Amino acid sequence: MKESKWKIGERLFNGIVRENPTLVLTLGMCPTLAVTTSAVNGLGMGLTTAVVLACSNLMISLLRRVIPNKVRIPAFIVIIASFVTVAQLLLEAYLPSLNKALGVYIPLIVVNCIILGRAESYAYSNPPVPSLFDGIGMGLGFTLALTCIGAVRELLGTGKVFDLQVMPSFYTPIGIFVLAPGAFFVLAMLVALQNHLKAIAAAKGRDVSKVGSGCGGDCPHCGVSGCADRGVPGDGPAVIDLTKEGK
Amino acid sequence: METVKELLIILISSSLVSNVVLSQFLGLCPFLGVSRRTETAAGMGTAVIFVITLASAVSGVLYKFVLQKFHIEYLQTICFILVIAALVQFVEMFLKKTIPSLYQALGVYLPLITTNCAVLGVALTNVQKKYGILAGVVNGFATAAGFTIAIVILAGIREKMEYNDIPKAFRGMPIVLLTAGLMAIAFCGFSGLL
Repeated sequence: MKESKWKIGERLFNGIVRENPTLVLTLGMCPTLAVTTSAVNGLGMGLTTAVVLACSNLMISLLRRVIPNKVRIPAFIVIIASFVTVAQLLLEAYLPSLNKALGVYIPLIVVNCIILGRAESYAYSNPPVPSLFDGIGMGLGFTLALTCIGAVRELLGTGKVFDLQVMPSFYTPIGIFVLAPGAFFVLAMLVALQNHLKAIAAAKGRDVSKVGSGCGGDCPHCGVSGCADRGVPGDGPAVIDLTKEGK
Repeated sequence: METVKELLIILISSSLVSNVVLSQFLGLCPFLGVSRRTETAAGMGTAVIFVITLASAVSGVLYKFVLQKFHIEYLQTICFILVIAALVQFVEMFLKKTIPSLYQALGVYLPLITTNCAVLGVALTNVQKKYGILAGVVNGFATAAGFTIAIVILAGIREKMEYNDIPKAFRGMPIVLLTAGLMAIAFCGFSGLL
């Protein structure tokens, strides 16, 4: 009992801090850039993704003995897409303004490589309870990162955070930070900071192989390798597998 | 005449004004990953144009004649992602058998496109904006053309940048992201077009 509690805590810590999907692994960059125009939007997107991630991790883990290895990727996609549809309908009904602000990015959670990545590298080979908490941890880590990036962009771009004026009145907002280019600049700074810290950590002899190997990395098919390369059961990246089935 | 005008507006707005990568952030992974050389970038762009145009046609037909007919529009996300994944597989097999020369040129890029969120994004945008099948195809083509323009320009800049002395922490992705940000500012200028 004690050990399982430890494992749950370890999973949460792993998702939020040690393998934070956005800040450490740099996965799921499309929504990160697109919806972080304000802290509220970042929070909404993060929580929606977290719910979908936790549910799909739980479901995939429960079905892990039923899903045949060869068709696992399509099966994962169907499960994830179902939960995304549920989430979208709920948002439409109860939080229409958030749904409108996030627009097409809500259904696009389906192709967020964090979710497929966790399904492939954790939920498919682990029991339900740790998988659920792995999903919650990763989801909260994603939410935290998105909210922070959103808060920075909102602060610089409008002088507010969560719609509360924080900057003194003489501050002139740098409007570009809430527009598209600002997203690229903030992310560039973030990855540069990550590179810098990575260099320091590497100089101290720590293992940094997991840091920033997702979309931010130089791999030609990052969406794929970002999710599937680490600790995958079976053989090789997700899409290559999908190709094999076709033939 | 009116429809031609509408289609032209869709063409310009989707390819330049609200560029798929630089203002909507879709398809960012290939945009950053496959933009080292101009030739590969152009190849990727061509493959994306091909797949997105085809996918928006297929998803448009699917939406109008299946989902709307049986009032199951809420299944759109599931249907579109499965159809797109199957379509890319099918296109790959078809090209391999029938037009090997085209397969040689595009083949390596095709599997990468399955997970490209731009493809699903276009299909969903077409539904959200209530485009018909023809308008949807034009929108798909224009979006993909915008992607190609952006990725080829970025690849050109990156080729030049290889000889520059970049601060250590900014080497690799950060400088590419900064470049993309500057390109996004430049593309903001197109908003005066419409």
